[in-house]
Amino acid sequence: MQTSTYTDAVNRMLDIEDLHVNVGDKEVLHGIDLHIGAGETHVLMGPNGSGKTTLLMALMGFSNYKITKGTILFNGEDVTAMHADERSKRGIGMLFQRPPTISGLKLGKLLTAISHDKTVDIPGLAKSVHMGAFLERDINKGFSGGEIKRSEVLQLMIQNPEFVMLDEPESGVDLENISLIGNAIGALLEKEKRIVKRAKSGLVITHTGFILDYLDADKGHVMCDGMIKCHGNPREILKDIKQRGYRECVECPHA
Amino acid sequence: MSSRMNTPGISKEDQERLAQSGIDLSMENRCGSYLQMNQEVVDAECSQEGIEVLSYKKAMEKHDWLQEYVWKAVSKDKDEITKYVAAQNDPKGYVIIAHKGSSNILPIQACLYLGRETIQHVHNIIIAEEGAELHIISGCTSGGHVGAGAAHYGVSEFYVKKNAKISFTMIHTWTENIEVFPRSASIVEENGVFLSNYVCMQPVKKVQMYPTATLKGENSVARFSTIAIASPTSYIDVGSRAILEAKGASAELITRAITRGGTIISRGDIQGKSAGTRGHLECKGLILKDGIIHAIPEIVGMVVGTELSHEAAVGKLAQEEIEYLMSRGLDEDEATATIIRGFLDVKIAGLPDALQKQIDATIDVAEKAGF
Repeated sequence: MQTSTYTDAVNRMLDIEDLHVNVGDKEVLHGIDLHIGAGETHVLMGPNGSGKTTLLMALMGFSNYKITKGTILFNGEDVTAMHADERSKRGIGMLFQRPPTISGLKLGKLLTAISHDKTVDIPGLAKSVHMGAFLERDINKGFSGGEIKRSEVLQLMIQNPEFVMLDEPESGVDLENISLIGNAIGALLEKEKRIVKRAKSGLVITHTGFILDYLDADKGHVMCDGMIKCHGNPREILKDIKQRGYRECVECPHA
Repeated sequence: MSSRMNTPGISKEDQERLAQSGIDLSMENRCGSYLQMNQEVVDAECSQEGIEVLSYKKAMEKHDWLQEYVWKAVSKDKDEITKYVAAQNDPKGYVIIAHKGSSNILPIQACLYLGRETIQHVHNIIIAEEGAELHIISGCTSGGHVGAGAAHYGVSEFYVKKNAKISFTMIHTWTENIEVFPRSASIVEENGVFLSNYVCMQPVKKVQMYPTATLKGENSVARFSTIAIASPTSYIDVGSRAILEAKGASAELITRAITRGGTIISRGDIQGKSAGTRGHLECKGLILKDGIIHAIPEIVGMVVGTELSHEAAVGKLAQEEIEYLMSRGLDEDEATATIIRGFLDVKIAGLPDALQKQIDATIDVAEKAGF
């Protein structure tokens, strides 16, 4: 496994340098460096509570996740101080693991709001992820795990971000739905396109690795205690973790 | 279809306010109407067979039997307001009678316009006879120029007979000098349905009302919905009460209250007096700017076999929800308005589309103005 920081100078999409993030008064991320090139999908692994979701929320611009030091460059532009909507407009999007329920807000109405002035076939897209019957339902209210994920994917299909963050896309999803969601996410990341033509990038949190069957991830990172401890081939890292758990990562002297 | 309503002396601006209150001056989507400006009855007509829309005075001249319905649902001595209305020598207001088996798809509109500093008083009687279905929209509006001292005292008595249904949608578009005191009550007989919807999105000085439905007949139903926003100078004290007196009777009382600095007292009361009855009361309040939302939900069960419940919650907009929408590209104002719009979205079972759309449109106007 490599332990050096991944540095590839060509076609960078996301450059995170020395990122420190507080949740409340407590520092949760202690200097993250991460670089994701255009067309690449990276996988983020690590034990529960290691700070993976915190990193994604901070990258999305949620105000509870306060960046105290470091920078985020997106396509060369400094977005560190931007609000979530400004980052979204520049092409950053996220699939949430536990999105909030919003009483009275219909999924269909939200999709219309997301599409802004674009002409989008909302019913058609909804049908493609089996959400046609949910357009008149309150967003996330009483949705099952799989329905939440399908709703998230559907919103992202309309938003069509250039850089997609996925927080445990397979959690709570049954085997029947995993291929539906996996394929839809693959399409979001333009996995059907040849690598040289691919412009979309992704950062995926996964514990099981099931989603990797649909993503062809390029790089893997392991986070422990708010630091990225190592980088490498995602399948190899996953195999390692399955065999030995995270203990060795936690104790790993490289940081 | 009736012809366009004649509204002499109402400015274009105020006509728009009437439209916000659901009054369709073109009459295209209405089957009848009653228009009262201050104390003057301008219009009372209905083109729907089997339904009469009459001024109070004309109705009493025409139908002797109406005396049996005067001050029977509302007590004359209830308070200062009812006493004032009862003491009038020349009572104003409307009487709407849906005769046996009649129904209207297009609603009847009742428009009460207050154009000067006076007390506008009305006494309304609404009857749906056996098997009849009657839908009314009541738009209450004042002129933009009306100063302090203007008030509206309105007594409304509803009678829902066996297998009949009345929906009454009241949209208030007052101005900040107006004080409003509706006094209404309904008596619902066997299998009867009474739907009462109240929407108040615009400033008003004071509203105070506590409409009551007495469910006398078996399997009768009452549903109240209240949607109100209090601007900084508004004092809105609204409630709804259902008294369940017969087996199978049920009631649902739903309120959405928002304060932008004003006061909303949201009262609710369900009394279960008979076995086999059910009632639910729900009040949700949202505080956008420091103000008061005081929810007073009450349920009183008096017999074995009545099932009553209530839930009340007052809170703020959740930052997490706003940012969730922002992460999808909505800016903060859009995200906030979208969440508030959702909060106010109450679908009323059994309400005709045209009326639901009118309620939605009234809220949309407020949304466009940024609530």
